[in-house]
Amino acid sequence: MRADKVLLIAWRGLSKNKTRSLLTMLGVIIGVAAVIIMIAISSGTEKEIEEQITGLGSNLIFITQNFSRGGFSRGAPEQSGGLVYDDAFAIADHIPGITGVVVEQDSNEDIKYGSINLESVSILGTTADFPTVRDMQLSSGRYFTEEEIQRKQKVAVLGAKLAKELFGDAPVVGQTISVGNVKLVVIGVFKEKGLIGNIDFDMRVYVPISVVFQKFTPSMFARVMGDRVRMIYVKVNPEYALEDIILQIELLLAKRHGVRRDEADFLITTQQDIIATREATTEAFRNLLAWVAAVSLIVGGIGIMNIMLVSVTERTREIGIRQAVGASPNDIRWQFLTEALLLSLVGGLIGVATGVGGAWLFNQFGQMRTVILPQSILLAFGSAAAVGIFFGYYPANRASQLDPIEALRHE
Amino acid sequence: MPLKSTILMQQLVKTYGHGEAQIKALDGIDLEVYENEFVAIMGPSGSGKSTLMNIIGCLDRPTAGSYLLAEEDISKYNKNQLALIRNKHIGFVFQSYNLLPNVSALENVILPLIYSREPSMDRASMVQKARTCLESVGLGDRLHHTPQELSGGQAQRVAIARALVNDPMLILADEPTGNLDSRSGLEIMDILKDLNLHGRTILLVTHDEKIASYAHRIIHLKDGKIEKDVPNGSNSLSEEVKDARR
Repeated sequence: MRADKVLLIAWRGLSKNKTRSLLTMLGVIIGVAAVIIMIAISSGTEKEIEEQITGLGSNLIFITQNFSRGGFSRGAPEQSGGLVYDDAFAIADHIPGITGVVVEQDSNEDIKYGSINLESVSILGTTADFPTVRDMQLSSGRYFTEEEIQRKQKVAVLGAKLAKELFGDAPVVGQTISVGNVKLVVIGVFKEKGLIGNIDFDMRVYVPISVVFQKFTPSMFARVMGDRVRMIYVKVNPEYALEDIILQIELLLAKRHGVRRDEADFLITTQQDIIATREATTEAFRNLLAWVAAVSLIVGGIGIMNIMLVSVTERTREIGIRQAVGASPNDIRWQFLTEALLLSLVGGLIGVATGVGGAWLFNQFGQMRTVILPQSILLAFGSAAAVGIFFGYYPANRASQLDPIEALRHE
Repeated sequence: MPLKSTILMQQLVKTYGHGEAQIKALDGIDLEVYENEFVAIMGPSGSGKSTLMNIIGCLDRPTAGSYLLAEEDISKYNKNQLALIRNKHIGFVFQSYNLLPNVSALENVILPLIYSREPSMDRASMVQKARTCLESVGLGDRLHHTPQELSGGQAQRVAIARALVNDPMLILADEPTGNLDSRSGLEIMDILKDLNLHGRTILLVTHDEKIASYAHRIIHLKDGKIEKDVPNGSNSLSEEVKDARR
């Protein structure tokens, strides 16, 4: 029998029972949609991480306060002072293989320029190596120097978007803006960098860290040298082993802080650690979805098998009639297998639409970035077809083995 | 010119079950039906009529003995081969019509064509063939009616058209008038008689003497054996056939 005839007979068989067919497909629909969303989320996350790696610049080490040990929680913070500004320079001076050290301290202030008033803009106090370490490039003007940091010069470098909002297309360098109560002279503008993590690098004001300490932080921190900082970034020359450098930093800081290495008041994290943590989270989510997909597809398959068995029983007489006029066991098997396959493929098609739509919704309204891969659609569709064939074979084979005499007698 | 036999059975046995519970539905049937004969099979229920018809119709296989259909031994054929034989050589007409419900008369008649292994036949020629068959049984104006929309007599005529569409050599009619009023029944018998006049071999199972009287020859079955096999008086087969059988 020709394929188009088989398909036509199967299609008619299914369209007689539309509601039932749709309900039968539900499992497959959910399974296929889950496969697509799962892959879209994991590839979206991968892409995001990839972008973050390039965004951060590679070979970064982050040193943060360990709040569970020493630091602020200690009774006598003066003795074990936590992470301080000088630590950064000690690292830069004493450890070979380091291309840059950056200290960051942030704040939020209102910004005024002429009639423009921006509320609560992110202010980042930082150091001279910042553009190198974070791979930031200037589109105009220049970055502030070590000397300007020492002298607490009231200068600022703007993110690209912020500059645009304040000045439009007018020249920026040399203008004075009000940040909180402080007037700062703009000396440069960064090129666009985009979002990294949740931070918009283009909507920030970059100022010498000393200015942040002095002007934008509460007075108890209002000293430059010896002040506590939240984070130190260290960029490592790729020719040096990261582990060695971490060990040297650990030893140096432990000595400076007067603590043992195993009860350090600071934490050293690499970019790989951060990525690994994020990947572990998405991995868990991805595994969950993979299970949902697999279980739905199997349940969907069992649903198809169940309905096909009911259908074979209901249509026993029809099968008998077909056999009497010359349908062979192969013809009958194909008819019911095609019906099962058609159910799973139409279910798969609806599932693909649902999955693609779901992934898009996640992207638009969820906190999750999704990328829909064409291969995932093929994979999902393929698994739907496999489910149809696998679970459709048993009922189809049963139909084909019916005795025509018995079948014709069936009421 | 010797007559060809359409059906040739020798010592045909069909048993059901095993051991003590074994039932012999057919117990050594010797039967020869010639081309273009019209044969009626009669007998009480349980005499083996249906079993015999099922084996002749290739819906079932004999336990022992031989069965030649058109001089071809099909007793060892497998299910797929038997399906092809049914499709090509046999047309069934059942007491309860056995049409597909919710499907038009035309589609019902097309059904055997779908299963014929003729890859060359396209949809249009199938429709054409089915339409011709329906017209030949007087249903040219009922092509698109479903069985539910037809009277019993009309439904049985659709079934006859379906039986004819693959141009089989043998028509098997199992109580074809059993569900019909006498007038429709006679119409059906007239069609069968006409088909026989045009060269088709017909085997008919019936309880009704009047229906059986259409046949050339009446076979009485009892307990799985042929009890009587007699020519049917005035209606019996032509002289030449008789000669051949002697």
